[in-house]
Amino acid sequence: MTWIFENWERFWEVTAVHLRLSVVPVLAGFALSIPLGWWASRSPKARLVLFPFANVLFTIPSIALIVITPVLIGTKILDEINVIVPLTVYTVALMIRSVADALSAVPGNVVAAANAMGFRPLRRFLTVDFPLALPVTIAGLRVATVSNISMVSVGALVGLGGYGQLFTEGYQTDNTDKVLAGLIGTVVLAVLADGLLLLIGRLLTPWARVGR
Amino acid sequence: MPGYAERVKVFGIYIQGGPIGVVVATGGIRRVIEFRAVTKRFEDGTIAVDELDLAVEAGTITVFVGPSGCGKTTSLRMVNRMIDPTSGTILVDGKDVLTVDPPTLRRGIGYVIQQAGLFPHRTVLDNIATVPLLSGWDKRKARTRAAELLEIVGLDANFGKRYPAQLSGGQQQRVGVARALAADPPVLLMDEPFSAVDPVVREDLQNELLRLQAELDKTIVFVTHDIDEALKLGERVAVFQTGGHLAQYAKPTELLSAPANDFVASFVGRDRGYRTLTFLHAEVPVHPVATAKLGERVTITDWTLVVDEQNRPRGWLSGVDGEVEVSERDLVSGGSLYDGSSLRGALDAALSSPSALGVVVDDAGAVTGVVKADDVIQALAKARAAGEVPK
Repeated sequence: MTWIFENWERFWEVTAVHLRLSVVPVLAGFALSIPLGWWASRSPKARLVLFPFANVLFTIPSIALIVITPVLIGTKILDEINVIVPLTVYTVALMIRSVADALSAVPGNVVAAANAMGFRPLRRFLTVDFPLALPVTIAGLRVATVSNISMVSVGALVGLGGYGQLFTEGYQTDNTDKVLAGLIGTVVLAVLADGLLLLIGRLLTPWARVGR
Repeated sequence: MPGYAERVKVFGIYIQGGPIGVVVATGGIRRVIEFRAVTKRFEDGTIAVDELDLAVEAGTITVFVGPSGCGKTTSLRMVNRMIDPTSGTILVDGKDVLTVDPPTLRRGIGYVIQQAGLFPHRTVLDNIATVPLLSGWDKRKARTRAAELLEIVGLDANFGKRYPAQLSGGQQQRVGVARALAADPPVLLMDEPFSAVDPVVREDLQNELLRLQAELDKTIVFVTHDIDEALKLGERVAVFQTGGHLAQYAKPTELLSAPANDFVASFVGRDRGYRTLTFLHAEVPVHPVATAKLGERVTITDWTLVVDEQNRPRGWLSGVDGEVEVSERDLVSGGSLYDGSSLRGALDAALSSPSALGVVVDDAGAVTGVVKADDVIQALAKARAAGEVPK
């Protein structure tokens, strides 16, 4: 623990990087998975292609994906994009199914009623389907966020990776305290992010907890 | 419903501010919805609706009834373009629905769906305000209108802030009706709205609908598979037959007295002779009856009706000769009461009474006399002899 207090500035610096490298892919991946999940919820054919594809993406080891990304997209060696892109891919792979399942679970008579009231498709999606899909979607988002926060550390292999750098440096200099600092940072960040999403979910869906 | 058929009013249909089509008044009857040779063939080749020709008159409740797969729901859904016909034309207020963009068309036509289909994530008030908000009303005006409707459908104002999951099935369906009425559409489509609630609540909702209709005078198309519901609510009833054929389109009494074919005859049921009495309102002689009050000492010779201080029936005392003190535990409970509604009520009162005397009550529930089954049968025969068609 002493390492954190003696190297306060450095600790905040890697925390900021770690946060950025995990949150940006969650947001980007979530944004991408909404139209893809919607497509999968509408078309059985799309589901037949998207779901296996997402599964395959998820089985690619993170180390491999992070190492190969700069080669594939031609970015420079220390560019944060090299970590952001692979993590976005993982988020999409996880979230497509959540979003698709959540949208498919919207009750048929509610959708029919919305159509019969005269909703146009976009408005219906934004004000009926999507809000009703939120509880399941947010549950998926919590898994993706925590998983991302833990995976960012792998980026240390290409010179990035927030707390991950504390792991490699601590290992090389035989500094257990530094490794422990990275571990504590990761866990605290994951718990805070998860709690925040839980809270946001509760605020957005007060209707989901009312009973008779 | 006495007097229902005379109520034909002429009003314009307004969709998003402007009248569509012209008001066609032919002999006091205006056709609001018209099916002209409408056929719906689904992709798998099944014919859901076959060459349907039918006109729905303004200000009436028209019921589409039939077994499942007869095309009644498909026909309803073609009115607001939830389904488009394969061929033929559907006119709403003289205008071909296929020429109107579906969302615009739908905002001008109320729709009540099975199991209410309320939006679970919106409060009751916001659910009701849906169509006004879609049509661009400002929020405050839409909410005020929604609160009005909550009262019209008989729900307390404090239901407004609740979510649908906090309401019973019957309450949810009331909200469903309020939501359909919010933008004051002249036409209301109701798709088996009361099928998912228990019989007692269903009867409540049916009576409530009749009460609302007497006030609001909408053109209502109501789909059900329940012939009793159809006969109770419908001023005109369209009986659909499997394969999408319209078997008969007539007043309930005509369906009962002159079914067009064997299918209609079997569909309206075995006891249709008895049901016909529902629609007959003939004079039945009311006979005096011996009454006694609780606690009194009386000498009885025959069945005696026991009443309370307000002269309301409590039960019967059986015909043991001699003097007795009238006490609660000797009472034989009575049958149904006849309040002058129809011959069916009179006959049922007589048949269900232990004394074979049907108790007649006034509006306050006080006994005015008794009716006999024989008299009802005679009244029926007299009405028939006079050529009186039930109405």
